[in-house]
Amino acid sequence: MNFSARTLILLGFLLLLAAVPALAAAFKEPFYLDLFRRIMIFAIAALSLNLILGYGGMVSFGHAAYLGVGAYAVGILAHHGIHDGFLQWGLAIGASALVALVIGAVSVRTSGIYFIMITLAFTQMLYYLGISIKEYGGDDGLRLAKLSQFGDLVDLSNPTAFYYLVLGLLTLLLLLVQRLVNSRFGMVIRAAKSNEARTRAIGLSPYPYRLAAFVIAGAICGLAGALLVNQTAYLTPDFMNWTRSGELMFMVILGGIGTTAGPLLGAAALLLLEDLLQGWSLLPTWVHRYWQLYLGIILVLVVLFAKRGLAGLLPERKGGKDG
Amino acid sequence: MAETMLEARALHKAFGALAATDGVDFEVRAGETHAIIGPNGAGKTTFISQLSGTLRPDRGQIFFAGEDITSLAAPARSLKGLARSFQITSIYRDFSTLDNVALAVQANAGHSFHFWRAARDEKELREPARAILEEVGLGARAEVVAANLAHGEQRQLEIAMALATRPRLLLLDEPVAGMGTEESQRMVEFLATLKGRQTIVLVEHDMDAVFSLADRISVLVYGRIIASGSPEQIRANPEVRAAYLGEET
Amino acid sequence: MILVLEQFLNGLQLGVMLFLMAAGLTLVFGIMNLVNLAHGSLYMVGAYLATYVYQSTGSFALGVALGLAGTLVVGVVTELVALRTLYERDHLDQVLATFGLILIFNELIALLWGRSAIYSTLPAYLQDHVELLPGLRYPLFRLLIIMVGLAVAGLLWFVVARTRLGMLIRAGASNRTMVAALGVNIRLLYTLVFGFGAALAGLAGIMAGPIYSVQPGMGELVLIQVFVVIVIGGIGSIRGALAGAVIVGVVDTLGRAFLKPMLATITTPTAADAAGPALASMLIYLLMAVVLALRPEGLFPARA
Repeated sequence: MNFSARTLILLGFLLLLAAVPALAAAFKEPFYLDLFRRIMIFAIAALSLNLILGYGGMVSFGHAAYLGVGAYAVGILAHHGIHDGFLQWGLAIGASALVALVIGAVSVRTSGIYFIMITLAFTQMLYYLGISIKEYGGDDGLRLAKLSQFGDLVDLSNPTAFYYLVLGLLTLLLLLVQRLVNSRFGMVIRAAKSNEARTRAIGLSPYPYRLAAFVIAGAICGLAGALLVNQTAYLTPDFMNWTRSGELMFMVILGGIGTTAGPLLGAAALLLLEDLLQGWSLLPTWVHRYWQLYLGIILVLVVLFAKRGLAGLLPERKGGKDG
Repeated sequence: MAETMLEARALHKAFGALAATDGVDFEVRAGETHAIIGPNGAGKTTFISQLSGTLRPDRGQIFFAGEDITSLAAPARSLKGLARSFQITSIYRDFSTLDNVALAVQANAGHSFHFWRAARDEKELREPARAILEEVGLGARAEVVAANLAHGEQRQLEIAMALATRPRLLLLDEPVAGMGTEESQRMVEFLATLKGRQTIVLVEHDMDAVFSLADRISVLVYGRIIASGSPEQIRANPEVRAAYLGEET
Repeated sequence: MILVLEQFLNGLQLGVMLFLMAAGLTLVFGIMNLVNLAHGSLYMVGAYLATYVYQSTGSFALGVALGLAGTLVVGVVTELVALRTLYERDHLDQVLATFGLILIFNELIALLWGRSAIYSTLPAYLQDHVELLPGLRYPLFRLLIIMVGLAVAGLLWFVVARTRLGMLIRAGASNRTMVAALGVNIRLLYTLVFGFGAALAGLAGIMAGPIYSVQPGMGELVLIQVFVVIVIGGIGSIRGALAGAVIVGVVDTLGRAFLKPMLATITTPTAADAAGPALASMLIYLLMAVVLALRPEGLFPARA
């Protein structure tokens, strides 16, 4: 394996993340353990979106749907007394993949603005579905009766154990996606984004590959949903709110489209920014109260002026685009 | 008698009131180099696009090696051996030159649902790609990002990608478009080496290229083929001279 | 039967409002190739301005007038300041930037008028009912909305199909650079079109105020329905926007009103109670999926 400067920096970040529990304990600030775990969970969701958006050019505005499906899979099973983690998370991934397959079958044929609007509309549909099912909390949501149980393997109620599980999953997924985008499959996706007409002319029909990527991305995001509901111990339809989809897209952009490190950097940047705006003591209260206003302003400025995202600040890889 | 490789029957395509292709009958024999010439706006690219499958004709049929391909989409036609190069360079600008050709090789190497091995490490993709780059004259530029190639080199890359799909027929849309004299000559010399081995349909404006390469020429004017025959016949044809060559000489 | 008619009229009323939003959005997309998520915010601005002016001055008419004018101004300013640079950018950038704008608008409104819904009323002279048929008494205001909406539809058709401006708009939609090369002031044209779309959104918001709740974020709920309208009707087409809007409005309203009772006739009341509202809220999306599967370009796409 070739270790470019970028890979080393990414490894550095992961090592830092691994050190967080110890640092948090040392400084007696368990909040940071929680925060960085949350960042990592969203990094997983963001890296799944990066697969189809960053590398595939598919502007899916409905990706939060899979956070919801994954979370609800866990939540609903828990509500009915099934707490086996493997079963729950397996269903979360499977259900998300299935939903992605159904939505994707209809949407992936379209492109451009149609695709954006359609993915958004389907997510909203799931959101309304979530709200209207009273048994699972409806509008208010549902407390998770018990965290996902994995027996002696790992105890999620132990914050540090849960933290390292998430870190492990994040690292594994980063590696898997990295291999995926450089495989033949990944090349087709990236080629179709780069020049669709050319791709068809050499004999590749993008549709099956894009659909597969869409399903894979949905499945990974479903896992993130399962993690998220264990993180918050609470389930609400808001997981599928379209603004959540927008946040995920911003994480991908802020971090840098079509890069490996991007989703992690973007998730960290956005969540830390939101956190700062909402509670940093150095900012006045009128910023805290209307923090989304300032977030909005920053986001607009970033889009207008900072195209390449944070990963663009990292040293360039030789020979063109990141792989 | 050489077999018919590609045939269009009564092909018709209109954009609103404008008939870009107005009832065209066209046939290409195996192994020949058949040029299509015509004034600007004659509908040449529209015609080629219908042959390659990027545009659907309103009426008419297209046959490739005897098979009716009218309802096949572009990727399927490419897999059957109908390769196309574009008039306006259409390559993968952000990939390297070698990547570009390797993708074309990959497209014809079965399905691409392989998720683990890095495509750039696969010899069965890289080596044929390198060989084609050498053949076309771009061997030394393999690692250069395609966007950084000179215009003429990009045109060469277009041809290379078409060749990488192991075609039985090449549809070349103005291969020397925008090239200087020396570059055009080299391209023509290269295309000459393909003659006989490949069946070629060549759309071109450059008359030197056309007359040195073509076995047969068809003249397309306002969506209709007004003449078709050997280069000498075309040169002598008064209608053609009036409509087209007359303006040039 | 009367009940069905009444709900049908409600559906028509919703449809007409969706049309006003969809027309602006589809025009802006068709001509400037701009995805504008903040379109819903203009709807919200219209509702708030009209309500505020009416409650401060006591004149509903003034509320409508200033609401329209105010939304127009807000729209034009937004276009000049933030959106101009987006015309040349890809859809992703447009989506993200306008998403940021939504946050800004929602928070500004919350800053000025608070986060909870404000109560928007109608003046006495508009609270009346009209007897359309024996036994069918329908709110005057809603009837007015339908009439205004249809009038605007007619006006739009006239402008786009019969005037020079409409011709420029149609030409600009099919070939921007050409129109610019002919010496037409493209920037001005774009600002005009955007302003017009903003006014339509504002009008929809003003009419919506007294019927639906006026609160931050109200625009986004409508916006997503507008997306469904545009997908069903076809992008860039006013006719498509009208057809799509009426279909969506009627299907959604009738669905919410009658799906549960209809289900109750074939399953148990508890099942209908659980599934009815859920299915009703999903109805228009399912419809969209069906249309997409059968006619991906929509029912009346703008270009062949």
